[in-house]
Amino acid sequence: MNPFNKDTEELKTIAAQVRRDILRMVHAVNSGHPGGSLGCTELLVSLYFKIMDHNPDFKMEGRNEDLFFLSNGHISPVWYSVLARAGYFDVKELATFRKLDSRLQGHPATEEGLPGIRIASGSLGQGLSVATGAAQAKKLNNDDKLVYVLMGDGELDEGQVWEAAMYAPHHKVDNLIAIVDRNGQQIDGPTDAIMYLGNLHAKWESFGWKVLETNGNDFNDLLPTLEEAKSLTSQGKPIMILMNTIMGYGVDFMMGSHKWHGVAPNDAQLQEALLQLKAANDDY
Amino acid sequence: MKDFPYTESKDTRSGFGAGLHELGKTNPNVVALCADLTGSLKMDAFKKDFPERFFQVGIAEANMIGLAAGMTIGGKIPFTGTFANFSTGRVYDQIRQSVAYSGKNVKICASHAGVTLGEDGATHQILEDLGMMKMLPHMTVINPCDFNQTKAATIAIAEYEGPVYLRFGRPVVPNFTPADQKFEIGKAWVLNEGKDVSIFATGHLVWKAVLAGKILAERGIDAEIINIHTIKPLDEEAILASVAKTRCVVSAEEHQLNGGLGDSIAQLLARKMPLPLEMVGVNDSFGESGTPEQLMEKYRLNEGAIVEAVQKVMARK
Repeated sequence: MNPFNKDTEELKTIAAQVRRDILRMVHAVNSGHPGGSLGCTELLVSLYFKIMDHNPDFKMEGRNEDLFFLSNGHISPVWYSVLARAGYFDVKELATFRKLDSRLQGHPATEEGLPGIRIASGSLGQGLSVATGAAQAKKLNNDDKLVYVLMGDGELDEGQVWEAAMYAPHHKVDNLIAIVDRNGQQIDGPTDAIMYLGNLHAKWESFGWKVLETNGNDFNDLLPTLEEAKSLTSQGKPIMILMNTIMGYGVDFMMGSHKWHGVAPNDAQLQEALLQLKAANDDY
Repeated sequence: MKDFPYTESKDTRSGFGAGLHELGKTNPNVVALCADLTGSLKMDAFKKDFPERFFQVGIAEANMIGLAAGMTIGGKIPFTGTFANFSTGRVYDQIRQSVAYSGKNVKICASHAGVTLGEDGATHQILEDLGMMKMLPHMTVINPCDFNQTKAATIAIAEYEGPVYLRFGRPVVPNFTPADQKFEIGKAWVLNEGKDVSIFATGHLVWKAVLAGKILAERGIDAEIINIHTIKPLDEEAILASVAKTRCVVSAEEHQLNGGLGDSIAQLLARKMPLPLEMVGVNDSFGESGTPEQLMEKYRLNEGAIVEAVQKVMARK
């Protein structure tokens, strides 16, 4: 059972607040990755405020609760904001993002003990392996909760992803829900121009995964897909959700371009962006 | 010079296999992962008796390291098994981020280290692994000398919370340490007390140091021989205590001079007790095909090389 179980209108309000956090965090240090963070906001808000059975009183081992791993660690701003808003740590700490002596490292890390983070990520391609291992440990522990992992689509260039893609179905890791943020962008340009990914649905299916597709920026599509994914677990196959999103979603001048992958808005851009995001009047 | 009697020669990898099997019986949290080298790593007994805790990964070492890191989150103690080359160089970034930086309780168990892998040649004979692993913060690095010590080390690292690199090998070597030894991580083991020179050896070179000690004794040289089975954390206290007495040092290892045990000892001596050091090891070259004995001879990883180094370093006192 999710500790918040918010309805869709409430989720929208939280998402707007999270987007404000993301923009203000990266603006404050003039660094970080707003594009993918904005694009994945609905997903992380859905997982932490509706879908996952999790406990903000953080325990590293995560027994008898659902776990989330962020493999594309560069979108740390959205994760930090959602974790803080869910009560894992004080929202005021978001102001320390990427600063010296902060627990909110540029990429997620366990070294400083930030609640909610179970493994370092940022060097790409490793999260699916980690999540699969965590899912197998749950099986060994007779723990029937689920493991979620998010990857970027550019990240699928990494060979290790496909090692794990083969492993999970072979070992029938069916308590695992992987999600690919299919925004079609990576640092150097559109994914299909940089390294053609082809038919991802067919690729993952042929590896033995149950594949779903969804619009990751529409709660009305995303929430039923996540529920469907949960209903398909424990049937012998890992689940893959290909989640179509728009990089920079929610801020018109950032949407759909790889140019906002790793660039922070300036003062004027921040103000313009914040005007587009209805405040819950709760900025950190 | 003390005598070190032994009744049989065995491979250190079998010591690992025996230790792992023992752990299977005694510690239900121990799990094992292998990248298609179950026979070479001697993991068959564990696989047979604890199939639900054995995970065949295929030839996918990067995935294996990530899986192991993930399993620790559920409280498991994963032991990964493949050759030393594929346990380190091939997966350095996976170990760095998912294991060392994340402080995960993964035991990276590496066989066929060094030139004694033999005929397969330099592609498989890693001589840089100790250096790579010791550079990682949080990583403990262990290189035991014979079957009994490798078995004891395997059992000991399960009790220790944190990432460990355990290095062992393929050839049979005299099994001369006690079967009932208690392995203490980070504790140097004085095999023979002496006053003229300190010989610090690790792994397969420990027995070579014993052989060298006998030759030196015949020549009237009283060598102190110390088994450094833990490269990191280095037992600085024991090393300095020995060197303070003997005033000169020889290191010996089946590894590059650059980055290995000798390198760590050189740093320690330069900082705390600058005295002459000669290093036995591979000097900035790759290995090649050949029998283990031929290679140890050609790359000067034997008692002759240690004796020569002792004579050289004693002349520098």
